[in-house]
Amino acid sequence: MGNSPTTARRPKKARLMQGNLAIAEGALAAGLGFFASYPITPANEIAIFLSRALPKRGAIFIQMEDEIASLAAVIGASVGGLKAATATSGPGFSLMQEHIGYAAAVEIPCVIIDVQRAGPSTGRPGSPAQGDVMQARWGTHGDHPIIVLCPGSVQEAYELTIHAFNLSEQYRTPVILLADEVLARMWERVELPLAQVEVLGRLHPEVPPEWYFPYDDALGDVPPLVPFGQGYRYHLTGLFHDKSGFPTERLDEIDTWQQRLFGKIEGKVEQIARIEEEEMEDAEIAIIAYGSTARSARHAMKLAREENRAVGLLRLVTLWPFHDKAIERVASSVKRIIVAEMNRGQILLEVERVAKGRADVVGVNRADGAMVTPAQIMAALEVEG
Amino acid sequence: MMEPAVPEHEYLRAQKKFPSVWCAGCGIGIVLGAIIRAVRALSLSKDEVAMISGIGCTGRMPVYVDFNTMHTTHGRALPFATGLKLARPDMKVMVVMGDGDALAIGGNHFIHAARRNIELTAIVVNNSIYGMTGGQLSPTTPFGAKATTAPYGQIEQAFDIAKIAEAAGASFVARSTTYHAIELDRLIARGIEKKGFSVIEVLSNCPLFYGRLNEMGDAVEMLKWFRDNTTAAPGKVASGKIVRGVLVDRDLTGYVESYRKLTAASKKRGGA
Repeated sequence: MGNSPTTARRPKKARLMQGNLAIAEGALAAGLGFFASYPITPANEIAIFLSRALPKRGAIFIQMEDEIASLAAVIGASVGGLKAATATSGPGFSLMQEHIGYAAAVEIPCVIIDVQRAGPSTGRPGSPAQGDVMQARWGTHGDHPIIVLCPGSVQEAYELTIHAFNLSEQYRTPVILLADEVLARMWERVELPLAQVEVLGRLHPEVPPEWYFPYDDALGDVPPLVPFGQGYRYHLTGLFHDKSGFPTERLDEIDTWQQRLFGKIEGKVEQIARIEEEEMEDAEIAIIAYGSTARSARHAMKLAREENRAVGLLRLVTLWPFHDKAIERVASSVKRIIVAEMNRGQILLEVERVAKGRADVVGVNRADGAMVTPAQIMAALEVEG
Repeated sequence: MMEPAVPEHEYLRAQKKFPSVWCAGCGIGIVLGAIIRAVRALSLSKDEVAMISGIGCTGRMPVYVDFNTMHTTHGRALPFATGLKLARPDMKVMVVMGDGDALAIGGNHFIHAARRNIELTAIVVNNSIYGMTGGQLSPTTPFGAKATTAPYGQIEQAFDIAKIAEAAGASFVARSTTYHAIELDRLIARGIEKKGFSVIEVLSNCPLFYGRLNEMGDAVEMLKWFRDNTTAAPGKVASGKIVRGVLVDRDLTGYVESYRKLTAASKKRGGA
């Protein structure tokens, strides 16, 4: 006989879930201790859900006076030792930019969820877009490293939210979860992991307070950040700082800090950046897509395969740091790359940069608040390069 | 160990950070001294005290003092401190801001921190001008006074910091000056002890910009102006002098306390 009845009927935690709720559930699974946000469409369900769920867990929900204050409170709570996050959309994401830079420079772990909507300005609040890709990378002033993740299904929204918290702790950095309106507001079957998910906590130093410096590379590429109030008194500042956290104008100290700051992420692209390939083994045309657009791309690929055309899909799960090597491999092995995205060609520029003419690179773009359709992508297959 | 000759030295970061960025004759050092003496008088440990600041001359204060310190962005010190206080309600969180930082770019956060009545101690060093950027007009520059961006005189009315704090819902509001350092120690100590949001406005001297542009003389002359043009006796309001002392002291539930009750109540309810 096969499995015993009890094993066979073991309840799977499968649920019909909205993307925004999957993000919120993922945050809870990751150990979210603090959430601050300001109302904005189409991210509202996250805060509404968490305002009910967090107090029951003894965790904190607060609605702030704007998005600037929301991310400030999140950073403050993280300095206090809690896993902290905020959620917003385009206009609010624009307001958060200064504090994204602060969190990157001061190296404060936190998660920023941006449910992209059509813009610029107020745009189409209830309609999808992927226009914040470059803002997520470069929106704050000054050079800085950043990690940006882009879920392609409700299931993945749950998993990547947990991953976002893990990366933020592991690399002591802000991590942006770049969702979009379609993904965030659609309902889909989600199977919550039966096994305990891996959740990383805050790193702790092995040195006593008098030996501790919050930016000391002797403590590793990612020196642990001790929460305030635990006897390790130190200074944090958005000014360029030395290993102790004090402001500095010395170029040698600035260089040491910057080498480590950029190196901890840009030097570890292979470990951080995730991509997913489908039907790429024999592909002559590759479609590169991410987020909900990857679903249109997958459908187009299937239609093309039914016509026996060698089309594959490369889905970017991590947008930043950009996985140059993966794109290089594709550019060397296919004749044409189609980059499909709900903007005027933001990742297209990156693909062209890396491809360096090794393959024809064609964009399928729209920024009107409607999805890229499989038919649009199919049409691009027909164009001779 | 030897007792330090100056008690405040025990709380300062000696290794690297002196001399300070502040100009000769600046009032901010007096305020820092008062804060340290207030912490000392309350027998608080350095580990349980956090000092958060924004940007500007006052924004540089935390780097000098041996607490848990954080120099944040312009105008946003209060929301940073709000997150920290909620994460660590056991800590005494002080927020030091200048008038431009607290009332112009940070005005909305100031109002909402007071409305929330969150258990923070906000110390606003009010020198009526932007010092670090070169003497521009601020929201507390008096009508008619000069600034580098008001060469013909300010034509906007000044904010009354204490009245805003009171109207917005703060538990405790007080005012003093850099001339009245001993009084300031006591007011800051009371602010730290008070449950809810407390605001201590400190009229301070910026002889380099405000004093020079408005022909008020040097730092000593400016301190004398604070002595002669303020009063701690409410009966003398009619004299036109600026009132010092405790202006608001009321028992209101603070945000952290309310949140604690909300958490307890939510756990008793069913559902997700």
